[in-house]
Amino acid sequence: MHIKYESIVREPLVDGDKNYHQVTEDIISPIERKPGRMWYVGFFFSLCLLAYGVFCVTWEVYWGIGTWGINRTIGWGWDITNFVWWIGIGHAGTLISAILLLFRQGWRTGVNRAAEAMTIFAVMCAGQFPIFHMGRVWDGFFVLPYPNTRGPLWPNFNSALLWDVFAISTYFTVSLLFWYSGLIPDFATIRDRAKTKLRKLLYGVASFGWTGSAKNWQRQEALALVLAGLSTPLVLSVHTIVSFDFATSVIPGWHTTIFPPYFVAGAIFSGFAMVNTLLVLSRKILHLEDYITVGHLEAMNKVIVLTGSIVGCAYLTELFMSWYSANPNEAAAFKWRIAGPYWWSYWAMMTCNVVSPQFFWFKKLRRNIPFTFIMSIVVNIGMWFERFVIIVTSLYRDYLPSSWAYYSPTWTEIGFYLGTFGLFFTCYFLFAKYFPIVAVAEIKHILKTSGEGQKKRMAAIEEQSVEEFVHEQAHAH
Amino acid sequence: MAIKKFAVAAYDDEEVLFPAVRKVRNSGYKMHDVYTPFPVHGLDHAMGLKETDLHTAGFIFGLCGTSTALGFMSWIFTSDWPINFGGKPHFSLPAFIPITFELTVLFAAVGMVMTWCYLNQVMPGVKKHVFHPRQSDDLFVMAVELNDHVSEQEVIDFLKSTGAVETNVQVAEDSWWYGRWDKKEPYELA
Repeated sequence: MHIKYESIVREPLVDGDKNYHQVTEDIISPIERKPGRMWYVGFFFSLCLLAYGVFCVTWEVYWGIGTWGINRTIGWGWDITNFVWWIGIGHAGTLISAILLLFRQGWRTGVNRAAEAMTIFAVMCAGQFPIFHMGRVWDGFFVLPYPNTRGPLWPNFNSALLWDVFAISTYFTVSLLFWYSGLIPDFATIRDRAKTKLRKLLYGVASFGWTGSAKNWQRQEALALVLAGLSTPLVLSVHTIVSFDFATSVIPGWHTTIFPPYFVAGAIFSGFAMVNTLLVLSRKILHLEDYITVGHLEAMNKVIVLTGSIVGCAYLTELFMSWYSANPNEAAAFKWRIAGPYWWSYWAMMTCNVVSPQFFWFKKLRRNIPFTFIMSIVVNIGMWFERFVIIVTSLYRDYLPSSWAYYSPTWTEIGFYLGTFGLFFTCYFLFAKYFPIVAVAEIKHILKTSGEGQKKRMAAIEEQSVEEFVHEQAHAH
Repeated sequence: MAIKKFAVAAYDDEEVLFPAVRKVRNSGYKMHDVYTPFPVHGLDHAMGLKETDLHTAGFIFGLCGTSTALGFMSWIFTSDWPINFGGKPHFSLPAFIPITFELTVLFAAVGMVMTWCYLNQVMPGVKKHVFHPRQSDDLFVMAVELNDHVSEQEVIDFLKSTGAVETNVQVAEDSWWYGRWDKKEPYELA
């Protein structure tokens, strides 16, 4: 056996000198306890929001899309803004679980479970918007290529909107499979230590009869690696295709080749902010500070400052191109974005997305939890405005000045958006109560290399001279 | 499916488990399986397990996705119902790439997970014998199959000598069956 060694210079990923059983105890016992009062209050509030959202959507379906503020000029308003916003948030989960797995980033183990859950719930929320934007939502299945009695008349496979249907449904399915295949062993842990019959029965079903046999683990690791390899290009493709919805059309402000990388960076930017929002609260409420450490939050803040700066560069590139392309329509679109009737949305976007993340160049601020929490919300407000700016301020002054219009949302549109928050948080509260929000098996896997206890024992080895070390290890076999 | 007798040893550290696995293999006893709470790297090699071919299955499923998507879209747009979209060619390969890619990933992922479930024999409702309730918590549990040729006591003593913290003899179903996890099986009660 080789020694498990990681330099003590690297910050531990699990604080406190813990053994395997303690890890199980710390992460699983909140599931076995009755939830605290905060949980009930939060869950009830989320359910109320969800109910209000359902009411607003029902109203819209009953009376028609006319209940929304969109008009002939601005066909995409809040709903598509919200769609892109939610889908973008989802991307951080896949980035953490897939891309960071391929990059062998140990710190992903503490946050990947919750981040993947966030992805799934965010995609669920995102999906509602294009579906209900169809208007006659009962005909929504027309987008699927099934043999029908109208010819069969197939959907247009050359349309970016149809690519979206495929991209998002694939993304949802693959994320769900990835997430659940990782959950199975942890459900088995809950099942094996369950005291009540009901818990034994339910987690028995949820764990698919997993026993942790060596061969099963070998296949599990192979599966995780290949799914990570598949999810990595998938997550990049999803937001690329979302950006094609805009970039393949001939509208000033949309028709640009910078959109795919710019959208992907923005998606990761907003997604990491949402992960921070959720984890700052979850770690506190569930007492998981030892597993989701300040180091984890700092790592995510570093990603935020990187992607935020990429987004900032993209904004400036867009501005440069509107001048350099010498296209009067393009120039006008950007002039009106900055100084037109929607100037406030442009400047809100600029402040929140470009200026504010720059604070994270300072280590003190990156490791400051209240500041991280506030910033995570500021970034998501900024990213919402980005999508609003792209959609509304590119549409409201089209080629025909007589149809120039202004757009404000109505109460049904706002309610629909609030309702998706209800859906998201209802799901997240249930997840936090019934699911292990930190991947138990994965933490145990890294415990003996990256745990604080192990690091302490390594201090003596680091003091040794090379000869001493080699001499000792040569006989360890 | 068969009900068999097993000698079970539980270890509390990977460092002890690895030499124990080697000793049991060298001794000639029939090792049934080792159960661990997390993936222990190198254990599969120590036990002499082959590498998994799951990747290959994933690749083949992916190819099925690619050909399904490309074939289906090409057939529709060139022969089943050709439509003129702004004078562009009917067989417009670049525009087919996004959906082709998505279906490749979808088929590969779904196919692999289903293969994984089939090979591992995991599915909702499936039940297997758990040799030790802490094998998913903090113990590494090895089950050695007993038969008429070896004495029970001899195997147990041998396992103890390898550093096991707990040993016992269990009669257990060696495969899977459909059952409820909150109920005991007849063989467990007997």
